[in-house]
Amino acid sequence: MPLLRLERRREPSRAMQYATPLLAVALTVMAGTVVFGLMGYDGLGAVRQIFVAPLADPQRWPELLVKASPLVLIAIGLSIGFRANVWNIGGEGQYLAGAVAGTAVALATWTREGAWILPVMGLAGILGGMAWAAIPAFLRTRFGVSEILTSLMLTYVAVQGLFFLVRGPWRDPDGFNFPQTRMFNAAQTLPAVSEGSLVHLGIPIAVLVACLAWIVLERTIAGYEVKVVGLAPAAARHGGFSERRTIWLTLLAGGGLAGLAGILEAAGPFGQLTPQFPAGYGYTAIVVAFLGRLHPVGILLAGLVLAVTYVGGELAQTAIGLPQAATGMFQAMLLFFLLATDVLIRFRIVPVRVARARAAA
Amino acid sequence: MTSALLVSFAMTLAMAATPILLASLGELVAEKAGVLNLGVEGMMLIGAVTGFAAATLTGSAYLGCLAAILGGLAASLVFAGLTLGLSSNQVATGLALTIFGVGASSLIGAPFVGKTVARIGPLFPAALAEHPLLRVVFGYDLLVYGALALAAAVGWFLKHTRPGLILRAVGESDTSAHSIGYSVLAVRTAAVAFGGGMAGLAGAYFSLELTPMWADRLTAGRGWIALALVVFASWRPGRLVAGAYLFGAVMTLELHAKAAGFGLLPPEILAMLPYLATIAVLTLISVRPGRVSAAAPACLGKSFSPA
Repeated sequence: MPLLRLERRREPSRAMQYATPLLAVALTVMAGTVVFGLMGYDGLGAVRQIFVAPLADPQRWPELLVKASPLVLIAIGLSIGFRANVWNIGGEGQYLAGAVAGTAVALATWTREGAWILPVMGLAGILGGMAWAAIPAFLRTRFGVSEILTSLMLTYVAVQGLFFLVRGPWRDPDGFNFPQTRMFNAAQTLPAVSEGSLVHLGIPIAVLVACLAWIVLERTIAGYEVKVVGLAPAAARHGGFSERRTIWLTLLAGGGLAGLAGILEAAGPFGQLTPQFPAGYGYTAIVVAFLGRLHPVGILLAGLVLAVTYVGGELAQTAIGLPQAATGMFQAMLLFFLLATDVLIRFRIVPVRVARARAAA
Repeated sequence: MTSALLVSFAMTLAMAATPILLASLGELVAEKAGVLNLGVEGMMLIGAVTGFAAATLTGSAYLGCLAAILGGLAASLVFAGLTLGLSSNQVATGLALTIFGVGASSLIGAPFVGKTVARIGPLFPAALAEHPLLRVVFGYDLLVYGALALAAAVGWFLKHTRPGLILRAVGESDTSAHSIGYSVLAVRTAAVAFGGGMAGLAGAYFSLELTPMWADRLTAGRGWIALALVVFASWRPGRLVAGAYLFGAVMTLELHAKAAGFGLLPPEILAMLPYLATIAVLTLISVRPGRVSAAAPACLGKSFSPA
């Protein structure tokens, strides 16, 4: 006989909304120690390298910001859709489409200089991501095809498209036949926030986007519409909110932000496109969006948490030989624990005796 | 010459179709019970790696298949515990399962990268299995025939048996099934577990027969194609077979075109074909309004808590 039982709360607990992401991180750390210990690694060491080392060393902090910025941008875009029950899981593909579109501008202007080039590349990136997201939006609104499957399928198409371009038409003619594009020139590369710093302009942009998203989602009719369509579709229809419009808006916003993240990454840390460019940020951003409670400020924090796992994963690789895949395991465990502990928002755990007594009363 | 090419084409086709058919049969049963498990790709990868590891350790591909079924099943029970036990969101949990499967398989598989393993191998004796023409019928491993038999069995189970009827009832109207006294959560857990076992077996088909060696993410999105196939087949096992073999044909075209050094299209563009074909068929099947929504189990993806 179970001793504990779940009892539905009268109202969802606000405190738990904030507590469960922290609880999930704590449980992941504990489970990680056990799992990696059982696999024959130094479990405590792995957890220390992955979760503590990047935070303890201030020299790693710029690296954290660099990793967090694409995650935050993509996750904010996805979260807008998730709020409205629009399951765009093709953030990775839209990220790549943005990088490809922005790079097209860079390659067309590589002999030129001028302050106008970067903004045009950024705009092309946004439009590229939007175009990629417009396909699932069109198929969903016109034919009722699930955006879950189409947005994901298009990610595989985008990866192959990028491979084709860097191995074929866009291969650097002076690059000794390596499958990569030309390096972007100085006018096409994101400037650092301060001289010699790793921190590039993409990081303030990500923070700015988070603030804007917060205002739009909390303070405008459009943000309200997204929320209502997600929480109460019937009421939304009754209130004259169009489901079609919401699908289009959320997918375009998600695609645009993922595309922006893509071109910022290409023009920032990479400085070109290579076959290593698809790094799975679009998938990790799904974890970020949920861990951040689909809220822009939460996503900023969650982006940093996941950035810690990336940087820490690399540290653990060199320090104790933990395979890189361990990072992905930690990220997935984080999401599992979050989904599991989220039950506490709607339910409380009570001893069976108490529940019976209450039921009898 | 031509007949040899046709035979080889047909055989590649059947073998490419088999893992998709296995995985989508499992997902069909889960969805018929009302559960949308987007973790197929993750469960396939977990099955692929457990199958490979077990086959390497025991030297038996069949024991590998058994381990793969158990691996996929274990992964699906995590999903069942979260979505059914704790009423978590099915879409988010399925995605988490896929991310988990990618990470876990690559972590467990790290020592095996590039290693080969004994294949499952043909079922029939060499006289039949290697005959230049007859091998198109007798040249396959157990799983190719098994997948077809399972498709027939699942169709019969859902349509003509009492447990099958109960399973469909749970997927169509969980509250009525509950009020008649059936345990919605138990039926769904069983359906999800079946889906997990099948996905695990499908994964093992990649690592033990198609590839047959270990490489990261060797299922290459086929789990997602299996999910799409269930929609394409309007939740009918018979159409699932047709759909899986159709996709097998697309993938075989890709392989043959690559092998022939097909000059017209670069390999990357050919590699897009299965995914583009998936989008195309999902669209075609949805052109007539209401067709998909009418065929889908009414409670698909919705949480159910008995209290």
